[in-house]
Amino acid sequence: MKEIASMHHVTFSYDTEEEGSSLISNKALDDVSFTLYEGQWLAIVGHNGSGKSTLAKLLIGLMFPSSGEVNLFLESLSEENLWEMRSKMGIVFQNPDNQFVGSTVQDDVAFALENNGVPHEMMVKRVHEALEQVKMTDYVNHEPHHLSGGQKQRVAIAGALALQPELLILDEATSMLDPQGREEVIEIVKKLRTEIGLTVVSITHDLEEVLLADRVLVMNEGKVLMTGTPHEIFQQGTELESIGLDLPFALRVSELLRDTGVELQGNHMTEEELVNELWTFHFSK
Amino acid sequence: MDISLQQVGYLYAKDSPFEKRALQNVTAAIPSGSYTSIIGHTGSGKSTLLLHLNGLLKPSEGVVKIGDTMITSQTKGKQLKDIRHRVGIVFQFPEHQLFEETVEKDIMFGPLNFGVPKEIARDRAHELVKLLGLPEDVLQKSPFELSGGQMRRVAIAGVLAFKPSILVLDEPTAGLDPRGRKEIMELFHRLHETENLTTILVTHSMEDAARYSDRILVMHEGTSVMEGPPEEIFEQEEQLHSYRLGIPRSVHFQRKVENMIGQRFGRIALTEEMLAQELSVAIERKGERPC
Amino acid sequence: MLEKMIIGRYIPGNSIVHRMDPRSKLLFVFLFIIAVFLANNVASYAVLLGFTVFVIALARIRPYFLVNGLKPVIFLIAFTLLLHLFFTREGAILFEWKFIKIYEEGLRMGIFISIRFLVLVLITTILTLTTSPISITDGLETLLNPFKKLKLPVHELALMMSISLRFIPTLMDETDKILKAQLARGSDLSTGSIKERVQAVIPLLVPLFVSAFKRAEDLAVAMEVRGYRGGEGRTRFRQLSWQTRDTGVLIAFVILVAVLAWVRK
Repeated sequence: MKEIASMHHVTFSYDTEEEGSSLISNKALDDVSFTLYEGQWLAIVGHNGSGKSTLAKLLIGLMFPSSGEVNLFLESLSEENLWEMRSKMGIVFQNPDNQFVGSTVQDDVAFALENNGVPHEMMVKRVHEALEQVKMTDYVNHEPHHLSGGQKQRVAIAGALALQPELLILDEATSMLDPQGREEVIEIVKKLRTEIGLTVVSITHDLEEVLLADRVLVMNEGKVLMTGTPHEIFQQGTELESIGLDLPFALRVSELLRDTGVELQGNHMTEEELVNELWTFHFSK
Repeated sequence: MDISLQQVGYLYAKDSPFEKRALQNVTAAIPSGSYTSIIGHTGSGKSTLLLHLNGLLKPSEGVVKIGDTMITSQTKGKQLKDIRHRVGIVFQFPEHQLFEETVEKDIMFGPLNFGVPKEIARDRAHELVKLLGLPEDVLQKSPFELSGGQMRRVAIAGVLAFKPSILVLDEPTAGLDPRGRKEIMELFHRLHETENLTTILVTHSMEDAARYSDRILVMHEGTSVMEGPPEEIFEQEEQLHSYRLGIPRSVHFQRKVENMIGQRFGRIALTEEMLAQELSVAIERKGERPC
Repeated sequence: MLEKMIIGRYIPGNSIVHRMDPRSKLLFVFLFIIAVFLANNVASYAVLLGFTVFVIALARIRPYFLVNGLKPVIFLIAFTLLLHLFFTREGAILFEWKFIKIYEEGLRMGIFISIRFLVLVLITTILTLTTSPISITDGLETLLNPFKKLKLPVHELALMMSISLRFIPTLMDETDKILKAQLARGSDLSTGSIKERVQAVIPLLVPLFVSAFKRAEDLAVAMEVRGYRGGEGRTRFRQLSWQTRDTGVLIAFVILVAVLAWVRK
């Protein structure tokens, strides 16, 4: 498997000047390592302030680690290769309004292409294709303030796709959306995964997104608390709750059922699993 | 204080090329002391409706009655200030309204505007900071130094500080992480009980509407289309579906199990706790009468 | 009040005026502003007014909206007219009452200046009503391109303009939201002494600036990660196309000037 991105013992500290003017370093990230392979979906979760947004900033080269190494596409990320690296990845941020550069949908999708000097004819073709992928072709000439939050985020994804990136980073891209908008965005990303096998990093506290991932990295106080498949992660139910994360619906109901004295075999992450168990062991007897 | 809406209509930018109808024939009653959730798809008019509840918008047609005060298109500004004192609104992302040099001053802004004496306003700021679980030393800090979650709490304190008897909440947990969301919702629930408030929650979350409220008002395309207790509203899955709304996950799960066993539960499971209870009751019953 | 204002706003449409190239429209408006000063008698002002009405008809804009949307400007025009009536003291006296004297020349000048003003406002309003802001920016950028040689940062200016335009509705919404939030907290902008009113603006301005800076910061980051490094080596998605009707606009202008020159004194 081809490696797309990795971090090796990355530490990052903010220097803050406290009273008495001594420099105090706050470790926002502490010895973080992970590897992401082609075609994988990695979810990075943690409550607000757990270090997950710092991690995102390091991954896209907005800041560089105090120690350790960030690798992208098998090269160490540095000031020198920053622009080249960025042309290979697309990033969607949290606030739908604050990343919409163009005056209309198509202008915005074209923005990164313009920056990279793509010729006009190719640009028109790519913009159209990208908008088709996110199902926004009916809105080519719409202005941003006439779009819903979910639609704006889809445009942002199209803007990333137009560059034909090897990596898509969703930096809390759904956290300001209403449930419908969130669903729209997640649907699109799911579709892209199956259709073009896009590699995805999503930084989130949304459970639906976590369940869709292949691997999960749980952050707490700047450290990697645990990593594994969603199934492995959610086995640690109570520990996740204690750091302020939510459990999937089926798991919560399982816990509550146990509290009322109903015996259950395993930990169920999806409704289907739980319904099946209830049927097999309790209702069909 | 009771609130009643009688055939309320609202036109945005009336008599201009940009004229747009936002509300039409909204009729609803919100009894004093109730916890009412307003649900509706994006663009259903629920945010416009909310602005009518304290005279930030005056109805183009119809009457909004808050306690004894009537608001119509003719109502003048003086009366509105009195209404605003009684109806507090926590807007979406309320931290965007912070502006003072210190948290204390910002919380006192509302009370001072409504003529509360300075000393009392200051005392309230101190009480509220404690109530909202903020550290005491936050009072003399600039609101802009705080974390997002703390700013949200300060902004909420700024509304609670003038002691409104009706509290309107517009998606108060938008953008918070799961823990923050839960804490804020529990806080409002507690306040509703202890302060005897009339609470109105505008939300996208069917789970929150089902868990916390005792009445639900459904908006669709600028009109009020359903009104009643959550038990009744969430029974009508198909109708809600036609308004592009869903049902709480616990009810959804309940329906799945019910279809599977070919038997209805005794009551609708509005929360996960209720769902677990109903499930265990059903399982027990099954055990007693094996077939 | 503000939501009805029509100056500077764009109403999408499909009239011939809407479809013209922004360059031809911009050039025309620029030249027209100069040509207006050719008018100096009843006939030439009538020609200007007639031409403007003709353009309004071509753009298919309902006169009702135009009148409604331009109310604040009409007030300004009326004020100019009155100034001229009272302060120009030439020609025969038309009317006299106590200390007020109205002279023939005052009336004439007042009406002419008012028409001039009205025609200018109408023509520029039609430009903005029928041309999307982004087209105007495109047009300006292309028209100003020759000035690049004089080290004028044309691309940067155009980008700044288009981003500002793109954020105007966002910030208007934001202003409205903050205003409502502060009104709900008992803030009062419409009563009190001037000092009190100025102070009442602070709760509105501070959050607005905080939010605008936050947005600017986010936007800068978003632009950077999407590879924006200034105008060097950039290609353009938007392309303008000059049609026969655009040449027609300039011919219409030449005819207008010819007629003006012929009827003027």
